[in-house]
Amino acid sequence: MQPIDVEQVQQEIEKRANKEVYIHLETTNGAYASHFNKEAYNVGAFIRNAKVTYERGKIVGTENAFRVGLKMDIGWIYAEGISQFEIDENNALLMAGHDREGRLMVALQISEQPFHY
Amino acid sequence: MMSKEHVVVIYPHPDDEAFGASGTIAQFREKGIPVTYLCGTLGEMGRNMGNPTFATRESLREIRKKELIEACNVLDVELEMLGYRDKTLEFESREEVADHLYSYLKKIKPSLVITHYPEHAVHPDHDALGAAAIRAVEMLPESDRPTVWAQAISNDSVEKLGEPDIQNDVTPLFKKKLAAIMAHKSQADGMLSTVKNDADDIEQAAKMWLGMESFYIWEY
Ligand SMILES: [Zn+2]
Repeated sequence: MQPIDVEQVQQEIEKRANKEVYIHLETTNGAYASHFNKEAYNVGAFIRNAKVTYERGKIVGTENAFRVGLKMDIGWIYAEGISQFEIDENNALLMAGHDREGRLMVALQISEQPFHY
Repeated sequence: MMSKEHVVVIYPHPDDEAFGASGTIAQFREKGIPVTYLCGTLGEMGRNMGNPTFATRESLREIRKKELIEACNVLDVELEMLGYRDKTLEFESREEVADHLYSYLKKIKPSLVITHYPEHAVHPDHDALGAAAIRAVEMLPESDRPTVWAQAISNDSVEKLGEPDIQNDVTPLFKKKLAAIMAHKSQADGMLSTVKNDADDIEQAAKMWLGMESFYIWEY
């Protein structure tokens, strides 16, 4: 992945607007958070291969903390903490944010084909 | 009655075998005892992406599969990948997973099964696959049942379960264990960097990961 290039990511978001796409949206602090720190909570959520259509999408933010919002007919998709992106071999737009140790904290991915199961 | 020794290791994630039991596995292999690893998932929902990151959520699956194969080569064990998805094992049917494991146990006829101690293995996948493994062993006729070594890793396991029955000092196999861990590069990077800063941490981590491997003998 590479650091967010707002102009390029914005273009990639727009390319995938107004058509059926598959979304992977995820946030996690890992299954061991409360094992290593009693004060911590294990929190996470993911949705894989949600089939949606968004009419508008935008990336906003600075340097290390971008937000992405996708506006749908009757709802929204939102991710915060995005700092890197990649167009992968299946032409999916992968966006993610990692902590200092390289661990994924948040991911929002948009693909015209379903993600692997 | 077991005519031939064969160890089956049942864990859900690539790297569970390296961090949890690779010293013990190496001891069995040194004695010429065959070891088969039934690995539940490919750890495709793992958080560690290498440090600096070199994996993505989408590429992690293939990367960890390669790492798993390499670790199994390092340890010289047979590998079977069971094809479940990381983080979802507790939502599968316990009986179906047990049946799936049973199909391997019936064929292999192990003398020993190593798995996680249900409810004391911290990660929900560990708890779920450990419970299914214990159930699968139970499905064998009593005369064919292997011994089960169940690994607890929860902070309060000694308090709740007492001292582990098997406390295996694997320090002499340090190099083998480290090589197995390092085969899982995408995972080892992040974990090692979190302990690099602090000498106490390193000592604790070394003890936790490299010194002792402990198990409870499951009572049926
Ligand atoms: Zn694990």
